Amino acid sequence: MSADPQMLAFETNCHIFSGCGFPSPGLNSFIFKPLFTVGGFHFNKPMLLAVLSTIVVVGFFWAAFAKPKVLPGKLQMVGEAGYDFVRRGVVHETMGRKEGEKFVPLMVSLFFFIWIMNLWAIIPIAQFPVTSIIAFPAGLAAIVWLTWVTLTFKRHGFVGAVKSFCGYQKGLGAVAFLVFPLEFLSNLIIRPFTHTVRLFANMFAGHLLLLIFTVGAWYTLNGIGIAYSAVAFVMVVVLTLFELFIQALQAYVFVVLASDYVRGAIAGH
Amino acid sequence: MTLLQIAAEAENPLVPPLPELVIGLVAFFIVFGFLGKVLLPRINKVLEQRHEAIEGGMEKAEAAQAEAEATLEQYRQQLAEARHEANRLRQEAQEQGAALIAEMRSEGQRQREEIIAAGHAQIEADRKQAALALRQDVGKLATELAAKLVGESLEEHARQSRVIDRFLDELEEKAEATR
Repeated sequence: MSADPQMLAFETNCHIFSGCGFPSPGLNSFIFKPLFTVGGFHFNKPMLLAVLSTIVVVGFFWAAFAKPKVLPGKLQMVGEAGYDFVRRGVVHETMGRKEGEKFVPLMVSLFFFIWIMNLWAIIPIAQFPVTSIIAFPAGLAAIVWLTWVTLTFKRHGFVGAVKSFCGYQKGLGAVAFLVFPLEFLSNLIIRPFTHTVRLFANMFAGHLLLLIFTVGAWYTLNGIGIAYSAVAFVMVVVLTLFELFIQALQAYVFVVLASDYVRGAIAGH
Repeated sequence: MTLLQIAAEAENPLVPPLPELVIGLVAFFIVFGFLGKVLLPRINKVLEQRHEAIEGGMEKAEAAQAEAEATLEQYRQQLAEARHEANRLRQEAQEQGAALIAEMRSEGQRQREEIIAAGHAQIEADRKQAALALRQDVGKLATELAAKLVGESLEEHARQSRVIDRFLDELEEKAEATR
C-alpha cells in the first residue's frame, strides 16, 4: 500500500494479481516533495507551475500585444479575441462599459492566470492543476474581496458600506434583526470562501477523477485486468476532454462572479 | 498513526499554506502588472486607433457620398435649366421665325401691290398718251380730210373752234356707253 504521502501514486510499480493493493490516490496526491529548499523555504511543483503560468500568460500577451498593429497579425488577433471575450463578454456585460473599464485589466489577468493554472492538469509531465492547492484560488479570491470591500467603502462611505454589507433596505422592520447578521455573514465571510472553494473543489475533484482512472488503468494492466484497463483508459481520455472544458469554465465562472461582486459595490443600494 | 493521517492533519486541503499563498499572489501580481500597466494599454490604444480609422473611413465615405449626391443634384438642376433655356430659345426662334415670315409675306404683298399699281399707272399713262396721240392724229386726219373735202385749210379754225375735240369726245362717250 502506497501510504507514503511524499510519493506520487504513479510511481508505484504495482499491478493487480501481483499481490499488492490498489495504490488509491487521495490527499497524498496533492502533497509534493520540495524541488529545492532555499533558507527553509520549500519550493515545490505547484509553485513552479504557478510561476510557469505567469511566464506563459505574460509571454503570450507580450508576443501578442507588445507591438500591436492596427492591422493585427495572427497572434495579435488571437490575443484580441481572448481580451475581447473577457472585456466585453464578462466585464462590460456585468458592470457596464463605463464603470467596468477600470476593472478590465484585473479581470483579464484573473481569467488567463486561472485558466493556465487549471490547464496544467492535462499537460503531460505537469499534470497537476495548480488551483487544486487552495492557497492559489484563496489568494485570488482575497484580491477580489479586498477590491470589492475598499470600493464599497469608497463609494458609499462608512455608513453606506456597512448598510450595503448588511443588506439594509427600507421597510425591513423587525426582520432586519434576522437579515443583517445573515447578510453580513453571507457577504463578508461566506462569499469569499465559496468563491475560493468553487474553483478549488472543481479542480481538486477533477484531478482526483483523472488520477483514479489513470492509476486504475495502470494498476489493472495485468492478465484479465487488461479489459478493465482499457475501460479505464477510455475514461481517462473522456475525462481529459471534460477537464479541458471544466478548466476554462471554472476560470470563466470565477471572473464572472468577481465582476458581479465588484458591480455590487458600484451599483450599491 | 499512519503517515497518511499525519499528512492529512498537517495538510488540511482547506487550509491554505502560506508559502503557496505568497507565491500565488506574487505570480498573479506579475501577470497583473504586465497586463495592466504595459500590454493592455497598448492594445487599447491600437483598438481605439482602429475604431477611429474605421469610423473615419466611414465618415469619409459618407462625406464623399453626400458630395456626389450634391453634385448630381447640381447637374440635374443645371440640366433642367439648360433644357428650359433651350425650350425657351426654340420657342423664341419659332416666334421670331413666324414673325419674320409674316413680315416678309406682308412685304411681298406690299411689293406686289406696288408693282401692280405701278403697272396700272403705266398702262393708264400709256393709254392716256396713246389716246392723246390718237386724238391729235385723228383730229389732224379729220381736219386734213375735211380740208381736202372743203378745199381750204380749216386747220386754224378747227383748232380754235374745238369742233373736232367735241366730236371726238362724243365719239368716246358713245363708245363708253356701248361698252
